[in-house]
Amino acid sequence: MQQGELIPAGVFCEYHHAELSFIRGLHDSGLIGLTMQDGAVYLPSGELPELEKFIRLHYELSINPEGIEAIAHLLGRVNVLQEENRSLRNKLLRYESGQGPVEPGVEL
Amino acid sequence: MDFIDYYKILGLNKTATQDEIKAAYRKLARKHHPDLNPNDKEANKKFQQINEANEVLSDAEKRKKYDQYGKDWQHAEAFEKAQQQPGGRRGQRKRPADAGGFDGGFGGGDGGEFSDFFESLFGGSSGGGRSSQTKFRGQDYQAELQLSLEDAYTTHPQVLTVNGRNIRITIPAGVENGQVIKLKGHGAPGVNGGPGGDLFITFSLTPDARWRRDGNDLHTKLPLDLYTAVLGGEITVDVLGGGKIKLKVKPETQNGTTMRLKGKGFPVYKKDGEFGDLYVTLEIRLPVNLTEKEKELFRELEALAKKE
Repeated sequence: MQQGELIPAGVFCEYHHAELSFIRGLHDSGLIGLTMQDGAVYLPSGELPELEKFIRLHYELSINPEGIEAIAHLLGRVNVLQEENRSLRNKLLRYESGQGPVEPGVEL
Repeated sequence: MDFIDYYKILGLNKTATQDEIKAAYRKLARKHHPDLNPNDKEANKKFQQINEANEVLSDAEKRKKYDQYGKDWQHAEAFEKAQQQPGGRRGQRKRPADAGGFDGGFGGGDGGEFSDFFESLFGGSSGGGRSSQTKFRGQDYQAELQLSLEDAYTTHPQVLTVNGRNIRITIPAGVENGQVIKLKGHGAPGVNGGPGGDLFITFSLTPDARWRRDGNDLHTKLPLDLYTAVLGGEITVDVLGGGKIKLKVKPETQNGTTMRLKGKGFPVYKKDGEFGDLYVTLEIRLPVNLTEKEKELFRELEALAKKE
């Protein structure tokens, strides 16, 4: 879970016109982290970008929490594959000129 | 500036009902929403178009004007009066539960930006019918930054000018070619107090004649004279970022041999003190302009080799 400044969940919900139950549901699914202090629910600021994305998916695209969970998983896979793709593209440059046998060097 | 066929964008005909418009928009938005298409500029552009189409066709007043004057957009001045009386949606963003669909703006990406055609026909995006109480996130900006390999080797500050604004950023050592970093809130300002968009910077590393990078590892070629290759000895290798390292060359080293120098490669992104490895490929250079004496000695060597 990403940490950072804590934001009262109530304030966040009011700003985004979101229900606290929706945010709790995301937490129960393991998609975001929440912090409890003195009986109040807080959101670590580091969670906000992801949470705002989930709110858009739910309230603007009418995707239910189960769908969001699946999408979050798939987006994670997309990110990994995009990283891998980038890394492989860069690696391709290396193989364009070929590479000889590798022997450990000895630093003097 | 060309006419934009909003019906075509949503795959509808002109007799489409509001329910059909909502359904078509919903379907396309789910396909092209920026949150569902990370780093896909084409999807972002498409989403912007369908968002704009929905903005017009889902609003009875705008749709009427569009149907009446759309293809003759040059007469948009006639709507000036109407622009000063924003109609349509008011209040907070509606929820599907109480609105039966979505008729609010999106915040996931470039959806808040409108075409010149739209601006001409309906005025600015904040004055053409958008509720003054609805908050919209600002547009995301994309920028590309070219770096040399040496630039990317060290953490350094840099000032970028994006849309007339100077933004000072610190580029961490070890950024990769094609890597994108997000600067939250450095995109276009939000509308009606909405949050600013983000700035996405794509790093483009220019190829280097001397060094080739593979992830955190570096590769370089080093010429080696014949005598050191045959008899062994020491050579000096330059290191990216400054400094030199001495290497021991084993006797009878072959052309194309690669030596690995652990921890002398490229810095690992956001891991202070961690480096990849440096691979040095030896390219043996044969002597030229031999003297008679040298040639004679080579012939002796040749004769010896043939005897064995």
